[in-house]
Amino acid sequence: MKKHIASNPSIKQASNGRRNFLKKSSLAALAASLGFEIVHAAKLPSNYVPLAFQDSDPFKLFNKNKELIVLNNKPWNLETPPHLLDDKITPADKMFVRNNGLIPENVDVNTWTLTVDGESVSQTKTYSLADLKSKFKNYTYQLTLECGGNGRSEFFPPASGNQWKVGAVSCANWTGIRLKDLLQDIGIKPDAVYIGYHSADSHLSNDPNKEPISRGVPIAKALQDETLIAFEMNGSPIPIAHGFPLRLVAGGFPASASGKWLNRISVRNIVHDGAKMEAPSYRVPCNPVAPGTEVSNEDMCIIESMPVKSLITNPKSGAMIPMNKKLEVRGHAWAGELEVKKVQVSIDFGATWQDCQLDPPVNRLAWQHFKTSLNFPKDGYYEVWAKATDSNGKSQPMLVPGWNPKGYLNNACHRIAVKVG
Amino acid sequence: MDDLVKAFRLLMIGLASIAGLLLILVVGLFFWNQNPEIFSWESEPIELSEPEMLESESEISDDGIHVESGLVADDGYQLIIANCTKCHSANLVTQNRGNRDYWKSLIIWMQTTQGLWELGDSEEKILDYLSKNYAPIQEGRRANLSGVQWYELED
Repeated sequence: MKKHIASNPSIKQASNGRRNFLKKSSLAALAASLGFEIVHAAKLPSNYVPLAFQDSDPFKLFNKNKELIVLNNKPWNLETPPHLLDDKITPADKMFVRNNGLIPENVDVNTWTLTVDGESVSQTKTYSLADLKSKFKNYTYQLTLECGGNGRSEFFPPASGNQWKVGAVSCANWTGIRLKDLLQDIGIKPDAVYIGYHSADSHLSNDPNKEPISRGVPIAKALQDETLIAFEMNGSPIPIAHGFPLRLVAGGFPASASGKWLNRISVRNIVHDGAKMEAPSYRVPCNPVAPGTEVSNEDMCIIESMPVKSLITNPKSGAMIPMNKKLEVRGHAWAGELEVKKVQVSIDFGATWQDCQLDPPVNRLAWQHFKTSLNFPKDGYYEVWAKATDSNGKSQPMLVPGWNPKGYLNNACHRIAVKVG
Repeated sequence: MDDLVKAFRLLMIGLASIAGLLLILVVGLFFWNQNPEIFSWESEPIELSEPEMLESESEISDDGIHVESGLVADDGYQLIIANCTKCHSANLVTQNRGNRDYWKSLIIWMQTTQGLWELGDSEEKILDYLSKNYAPIQEGRRANLSGVQWYELED
């Protein structure tokens, strides 16, 4: 049972044929480039492109802005450079992509269902998409989703995983029903402590018995007004890379709590024990540790609210301006479950800080916009650093915060380079 | 009388066939039990001999990078391609850095939870390759900004 890597000539031919196929796209061309007859060809939808021939260009595949940075192509992980996050509401083409497994194929909205089960439901119940949309009141919120590992690339010793810089964050308009309305319809028992999601993606090993990720949130978070089962993003069906046709959205928590391609929710009488709930995934040491310390699983605690953070989205780093010209600076700030109460910027590495104008959030868990204009005292190289403070008085550190084995929660100040004169 | 003999013969053939099938099933199950991986997605270590790679797939850039995967084309990179990229792309290797213990602990984690097979003799070679070519680099508590692309800011 020797297996070979993709040095198989037929695979090579297929990848050469991919580009040609997209141009020709007749069935004959398809059959010719595949090198064999297509069984049931008559049943193929006219615009169907077999997976082997789908363009492997992620920008076309997911309709993404060309400036997104590809961190990984199996599974797909792309991050957004900060200057592309300047929009108040993140458009789909500028939203980071984070996957733990393989994106489901052949999603059929007509047969898609959501089942709610678990130890702590009064009854197991299954809903069609149409049921969900029509039976419950629809709500729309702007919700900040940030990957727990955003900023991982700055930790030392290095932490394993995708080496996110600063752009694994978004704030889009999500429309759906409240999870709490759904749970009320089903009836949950008083011993409910957690909900866990289950999704239609597949494990990288293709083992059908493994789920790539099945996380969740404590019941109190599940019952918040803003915790949605969403079917629209920015007024359109959710793009496939972001969870089409159904996504749990729990803003303020690590984005991994917002399960994509949602098809089941389990109401649990224990802390949900699905894939990547277990240590060390999405956990940090319960007590701070020295860099590089080995931490045992029982000393790792689940991340809930993300920490306070901000991002300068304009100008793009590298701006050159003449002396005596003001620099208009703007960006967004967010604070997990809390609100941001202050954003400041510094052009002298934190020696002095200047307050920015800060908008209140459009709704709870939406990021907030800040802006200010800066004068520079003389020609030269500067860095503009931004620092947000949350409603509990906690600020972003200028240095990389506490090391942790998996490299989560780096909320160090963002900075851009500027030259004057 | 002939009919009776014929019927008896048919009956014996039928019984023999059933016994034969049962024997095959029992032996098969025993063999599967002894070699559970034979029908499973978990398989033995992949061995890769160089001639199997097509010319275009073994192209090395001037700075010593294997073009197709992005891996440093040092001794052992084929083992990385063969054993790691079935499940995830080589990006997940090339973005990360760590010492030998770090890479070893990742292999153990993947074997325990993610379905990675036993690496056998290849494990030491893989660890040699990774700890040499993807060792950590200390950059301080905040690195200098790098890769800045300067541009004139218009109004």
